Amino acid sequence: MIEVKGLSKRFGTTQVLTDINAVFQRGKVNQIIGKSGSGKSVLAKCIVGLHVPEEGQVLYEGRSFHDMDRDQMKEVRQEIGMLFQGSALFDSLSVIQNVLFPLQMFATMSKREMEERARFCLKRVNILDKDHLYPAELSGGMQKRVGIARAIAMNPKYLFCDEPNSGLDPQTSILIDDLIKEITEEFDITTIVITHDMNSVMETGENIIFINQGRKWWEGTKEELLNSDNKELNEFIFAGGLMRQVKKAMTGRS
Amino acid sequence: MGIIGHIGRYFLLLKDTFSRPERASIYWRRTVEEMDLLGLKSLGIVGLLSFFMGAVITIQTKTNIDSPLIQAWVVGFATRQSTILEFSPTIIALILAGKVGSNIAAEIGSMRVKEQIDALDIMGVNSAGYLILPKILASMLINPFLVMVSMFLSIFGGYIAGTATGIVSATDYLQGIQTGFIPYHVTYALIKTVVFAFIIATVSAYQGYYTRGGTREVGISSTQAVVYSNVVILIVNYALTQILLI
Repeated sequence: MIEVKGLSKRFGTTQVLTDINAVFQRGKVNQIIGKSGSGKSVLAKCIVGLHVPEEGQVLYEGRSFHDMDRDQMKEVRQEIGMLFQGSALFDSLSVIQNVLFPLQMFATMSKREMEERARFCLKRVNILDKDHLYPAELSGGMQKRVGIARAIAMNPKYLFCDEPNSGLDPQTSILIDDLIKEITEEFDITTIVITHDMNSVMETGENIIFINQGRKWWEGTKEELLNSDNKELNEFIFAGGLMRQVKKAMTGRS
Repeated sequence: MGIIGHIGRYFLLLKDTFSRPERASIYWRRTVEEMDLLGLKSLGIVGLLSFFMGAVITIQTKTNIDSPLIQAWVVGFATRQSTILEFSPTIIALILAGKVGSNIAAEIGSMRVKEQIDALDIMGVNSAGYLILPKILASMLINPFLVMVSMFLSIFGGYIAGTATGIVSATDYLQGIQTGFIPYHVTYALIKTVVFAFIIATVSAYQGYYTRGGTREVGISSTQAVVYSNVVILIVNYALTQILLI
């Protein structure tokens, strides 16, 4: 479980996040949604420690991340897997080498065990047959799958996915969403997905947090999402006609 | 950010770079790969440049000191001194700042804008150490070798140009390159080379590591890496010359 308490972040004189409080539960796909520029990616970067907040705390199973020393932070980071928006695979390494990378850096296992683990992760995301290719030779969806394989290589307790569906066609998006949900349940990990893709929210969202103007505006489940009377949330989720039709079909109200 | 801020951030980056590596064997493997990429792949341009520069130094020296009062072997002497003291360590460093420096800044800058450095940080890898330390070590180990090759080829180029054009005889040239040879000058040149290698690798890596934005900014970082490396090399060259030769 990850807990965020009173987190605020500013860049220069621009206040980006103000007093965010949230709990991200284990074994669930927690989603942070919001418009572009609302601060959701900054929130995720504060949680994983890429940004240091001016105020507030991030607690990993009760351990305050930003109060840890360098070695303790390193230990927590080895429990984190992250899928980046652009996959962030290392261009000079092949698919299998990308997945092997965190194992070679940190794992205390033999070379053969590392290869077995990397192959298991690639098989889990259905891309084992592409293990010899380089990232530039893969499609966007394949790169995301390798990104997931790399993220789970070290058996993480926490999985972060930054816009996992960006740049993907709807069919591939669903595959990636399903994969994230399956992995979360299978490995019983705390997953946080940053997205503004409403299809993905309806597909996998279990605990949803809506960020608006750098503040937590709303929190709930996907069922509550459709029935919310929060004006800003409704403007965001029903901006497209498809979601209005989904609401009508599910609730009978337009 | 002002110049003091950049200098402070540069030293903080160096502190991170030299902190304890996660897996020494991986760092060493990367150092060997970088030695090939940054050093051996520069051998061609260094060799070509050195040969022709030596040839030009010989011809220009002869045409500028063509006096009956000056002995013929002085051409070889001047070529050797120019090559060892200044041309090979400094000019080659400036050339490498252009070739290797821009390569380092562009590679690390691209990794930054493609979030690959964030990926390393999140895994718990010391990204500064992993990316920069092997480049520093590789440059400091391989550049002295490049400079020694440069010294040899420059003096050889002078010999070929001098004898082929007939402006100096082989005997006079060979006498010149042996006259008044001070071995310490080679040591001085190699000390400069190692310091310049450190400057090229660290200044360029700094520019790449703190790249923000997209591909345009990677280009800007790459250009700044070359410009700032050259400026720092020229200033440090003056300081080292004063410290080591006077």
